Amino acid sequence: MNSDRSGARALTGHRLFWPVVVLVVLLAANTIYRPGFLSVQLRDGHLYGSVVDIVRLSAPLILVALGMTLVIATGGIDLSVGSICAISGAIACLYISRQPDQNSLGGVLTALALALGVALVLGAWNGVLVAVIGIQPIIATLILMVAGRGLAQLVTEGQILTINSEPYKAIGVGHLLTLPLAIVIALAVALLIAAVTRRTALGLIVESVGGNARASRLAGIRSARITFLVYVISAACAAVAGFMMTANVSSADGNAAGLWVELDAILAVVIGGTSLAGGRFSLGGTILGALLIQTLTTTVYAMNISPQTSLLFKAVVVIAVCLVQAPGFRARFVRRRAPAVAAVTAGEQPKEQVPA
Amino acid sequence: MTTLSLTAARTWSRLPRRHVPVLATGVLLLVLYGVGVSQYRAFSNVQVIFNVFIDNGFLLVVAVGMTFVILTGGIDLSVGSVVAMTAMVSAFLLGRGAPAALVLLVALLIGPTLGFLMGCVIHFFDIQPFIVTLAGMFFARGMCTFISDSSIPITDGFWTRMSQERIGDPSGNFVSISVLIAFVVVAVAAYVLAYTRLGRNVYAIGGNAQSALLMGLPVGRTRIAVYTISGFCAAIGGILLSFYTLSGAPLIAVGMELDVIAAVVIGGTVLTGGSGYVFGTVLGVLVLGVIQTLITFDGSLNSWWTRIVIGGLLFAFILLQRLIGIRYK
Amino acid sequence: MTGSQPVLTMTGISRSFPGVRALDTVDLRLFAGEVHALMGENGAGKSTLIKVLTGVYGVDSGTVTLDGAQVSFTGPMQATSAGVSTVYQEVNLCTNLSVAENIFIGREPRRLGAVRWGEMRRRARALLARLDLDIDVNAQLGSFSLAVQQLVAIARAIDIEARVLVLDEPTSSLDAGEVAQLFRVMRQLRDEGIAILFVTHFLDQVYAVADRITVLRNGRLVGEYATRELPQLSLVEKMIGKELRVLERLDGQPRAEVAATAGVPLLDARELGRRSAVAPFSLTIHEGEVVGLAGLLGSGRTEVARLLFGADRADHGELRVRGTPTALRSPVTAIDRGVGFCSENRRAEGIVPELSVRENMILALQAARGWLRPIPRRRQDELVERYVQALSIRPADPDVPVANLSGGNQQKVLLARWLITEPRLLILDEPTRGIDIGAKTEIQRLVAQLSDGGMAVLFISAELEEVLRLSHKIAVLRDREMVAQLTNDSSVDADRIMRVIAAGATFEGVPS
Repeated sequence: MNSDRSGARALTGHRLFWPVVVLVVLLAANTIYRPGFLSVQLRDGHLYGSVVDIVRLSAPLILVALGMTLVIATGGIDLSVGSICAISGAIACLYISRQPDQNSLGGVLTALALALGVALVLGAWNGVLVAVIGIQPIIATLILMVAGRGLAQLVTEGQILTINSEPYKAIGVGHLLTLPLAIVIALAVALLIAAVTRRTALGLIVESVGGNARASRLAGIRSARITFLVYVISAACAAVAGFMMTANVSSADGNAAGLWVELDAILAVVIGGTSLAGGRFSLGGTILGALLIQTLTTTVYAMNISPQTSLLFKAVVVIAVCLVQAPGFRARFVRRRAPAVAAVTAGEQPKEQVPA
Repeated sequence: MTTLSLTAARTWSRLPRRHVPVLATGVLLLVLYGVGVSQYRAFSNVQVIFNVFIDNGFLLVVAVGMTFVILTGGIDLSVGSVVAMTAMVSAFLLGRGAPAALVLLVALLIGPTLGFLMGCVIHFFDIQPFIVTLAGMFFARGMCTFISDSSIPITDGFWTRMSQERIGDPSGNFVSISVLIAFVVVAVAAYVLAYTRLGRNVYAIGGNAQSALLMGLPVGRTRIAVYTISGFCAAIGGILLSFYTLSGAPLIAVGMELDVIAAVVIGGTVLTGGSGYVFGTVLGVLVLGVIQTLITFDGSLNSWWTRIVIGGLLFAFILLQRLIGIRYK
Repeated sequence: MTGSQPVLTMTGISRSFPGVRALDTVDLRLFAGEVHALMGENGAGKSTLIKVLTGVYGVDSGTVTLDGAQVSFTGPMQATSAGVSTVYQEVNLCTNLSVAENIFIGREPRRLGAVRWGEMRRRARALLARLDLDIDVNAQLGSFSLAVQQLVAIARAIDIEARVLVLDEPTSSLDAGEVAQLFRVMRQLRDEGIAILFVTHFLDQVYAVADRITVLRNGRLVGEYATRELPQLSLVEKMIGKELRVLERLDGQPRAEVAATAGVPLLDARELGRRSAVAPFSLTIHEGEVVGLAGLLGSGRTEVARLLFGADRADHGELRVRGTPTALRSPVTAIDRGVGFCSENRRAEGIVPELSVRENMILALQAARGWLRPIPRRRQDELVERYVQALSIRPADPDVPVANLSGGNQQKVLLARWLITEPRLLILDEPTRGIDIGAKTEIQRLVAQLSDGGMAVLFISAELEEVLRLSHKIAVLRDREMVAQLTNDSSVDADRIMRVIAAGATFEGVPS
């Protein structure tokens, strides 16, 4: 009995409990509204279905959010990812559009490499501003957020650059082994980042820098290098997401591609249980957060509500999730009972009176 | 004697460092204007300057509100959406035949109410302004499309009069009423910041919120107030925009918050708070406006250069702030 | 000094925090027109007492009376308006505002709601003139030195008709000239009839300015004395608690045998120093040697440690590691040369609270290897297992967040973090502070073992007994200066060290 209750509390207290509940409720609501919602069919060797669509559409967001997770874990933030999506997409499309044969695989790969290279340079720019010059991340990345859209439009010369390249289009809508290629790519990048962070000590060191920068310095961590690195990784992820976004529509629009994706990505990271203050991060949580956001959008579409109105729901979700996670809110409203509050103050006071 | 040696420490500079960014913006503005006049004959026309004000009056008002927020070290991402929402609500209500005075009242109340609520969440629950105002941005933008998916024209007599009224000198140069309203907002804001306790508390909180609290200043109240003020300015900006366009469109002023933040920073206000002036913000908006005008005059440059140049200026000014040693927290 | 009624009395003040009795029936009297020093070591209860006085903390029992009437402040603002103002060590002003504004913000002279700047400046000038400070009241506060900022803070405090002025370590970052000016102001305010409560760690300053002294130790009142009737040595004894220590020392084993000090020293600091942190000092540390740093809180112990680890950069002198001149630009260099450092500030500079015990333990070794070469999980388990056992860390589960551990166990985790890197010199800054007695003895025993195994240890502690028990050599610091180095033989005891702390190098002769 007692252990049951504490088990239940451990469950509800888990940082991903509420996001999962919201996701399940959304899926359930969809299923009730449209009974075939959850069904997945195999047609022409490809998987089809609303759920598959949701995952496919959320792939770019997942990519951006994965990079953002690392940045936020170091206690930073990267506002420029949307612009980087637009720039990389634009460069790739521009290069392909100049090819005599837009369907040549070699040309497409060169385009991708070129665009990825530029994105890495932009990431390095952010990294230098934050890690070397020491400008606050939110301010440092704001520069590229503003200028980047202009750069993207400069690349496309203000036009919507349409291309007709099957290999490039495949990044967005193609299939590989029955699965949409976008999902495969997102999964691959997720696994790669998981491997890079958890198979090496990068994850530990990122969490250490974000969790306690002073202690990390005294433990001999060269935090500038790590900070630099995460901004580069974030830019690389944004570039791949940019390819996907432009491939989806076979065109690059410097103005619209990746618009507001930085905000959605930050949201996904926060919903996924990574604190904006830095420290422990959860890649799985971030993916869950991204899926939740996309499910919300799709649900709103499916219910014939205007797509922009989904922003209303998003606003509600942002506030709800942040409130539930905010210590200030918890102390006030959740568990009004004394122990939780007392534990907080008890933790604080001895610390204060030590230097007496 | 000791007194002397202590005071000697600061005689190294007659120019207070906090004035350097504003002066730099002023110089930049003069240079830009000089470039314009030297390149294009028509640029020296006074109406060019007036047009900068006419085209950017609403931006100026919103930037003034943002100045309050940034001075406390916060940020308000919701302003662009609130501008759009205010214009939308006005257009919608007018379309339903509501009297202009009532519409004005309602439209001017929405922004500050949202700002007040966001301020409360930021203060009481200690959630980052960035996230809270992001939610506010989503909410306001969502409301826009909730009201209507498409643009609603405004045909109301009062609105059209405000839109078309020209206040000019005998030689034919003129400004719109919106510009006068913007000037009034600027003057009031400058007065509030310089001469009221609220204004001084805004600076104190931006300088050091912890100290402000220990000095007994009403930190929470002030913080909520600045988001309310920003919301109010965004509401006025929305009304001015609806005067300007005579419509409410759900996707208008997207990304405006970035221009506003850029104008404030280029105007010399430090993004971490505590240092800056409304006058600087006016200069910042003018710099943006003049750059736009320059790019329009130069037929070969395209509109996206505006963003690139603004980004470059942002970088230059942030670097300048860093170099002259204004403290970054 | 008036001998009549005290302006402020605190009687029988007790205040507990979970697990700690911070104040135990403490009394304090302040008379109008006196400077009263409040003295005590770490954990003596000074800060708590001040916070009770200014209404930050409530009391469990005891009364506070101001002018004969019982008061109970609910916060600093209320205390201030009743005439009890406090100026803290970190000047709590806004450096971005002007001097005049810092003095008056929150109560600016106004007319019809508008701040009267002219009037405010005039009054600010008058007030500062009273403090003998002639500065431009329009200038930004941040453009002045810390000393001036401190005086401005005092100006703000006394403008509110202050009866009692609490100065909480106002001098810790001032140089001699600045201190002199502060003292002049303090004397003047005293002569105007204000009661000043002065908290400091500098003995000289107490004797320079204070009329009376109240000493606290371990949350209890030791006594109240007239300054001129209390020799420095007695003051130090009362702060450190001599009688108690002598008894304790009997069961300890003074480290009689001296480690081999021949050959090239492991670490050789020559005139190493850093402005406004610690005066240039020379110190050698050999393999297997335990060097103790003794001195009161704020005497520069931590600053010495930070210089030797590269946590702060030295701006004077030279450091040699095994005879090779080495510039320590960051801790990375020091760690690379085999130095480890446990900060006294466990929470802010030690643990990464969210990370697990295991992760906290391997952090330094992992940092040294770089992130591309992770420590294999099996090796991690081995290391962690070994040190959890060796240091008997509880709970023995390496995967709980380190924040959930008690202070003593967190300290052991930090020790383990450095022991895993197998350093040649381990710098321990107050490793036994605030942890229970069991963990304390374990850590002491460990230090002795490590030294026997050839590791050099720089051991910093406020407790002389500990330093005496463990060290081969003891360096004594006083007011940011290394005043003596004593070989820990039979001639050295707590008495002698206290005399050095009290009197400085002049007493001991030339420092080695």
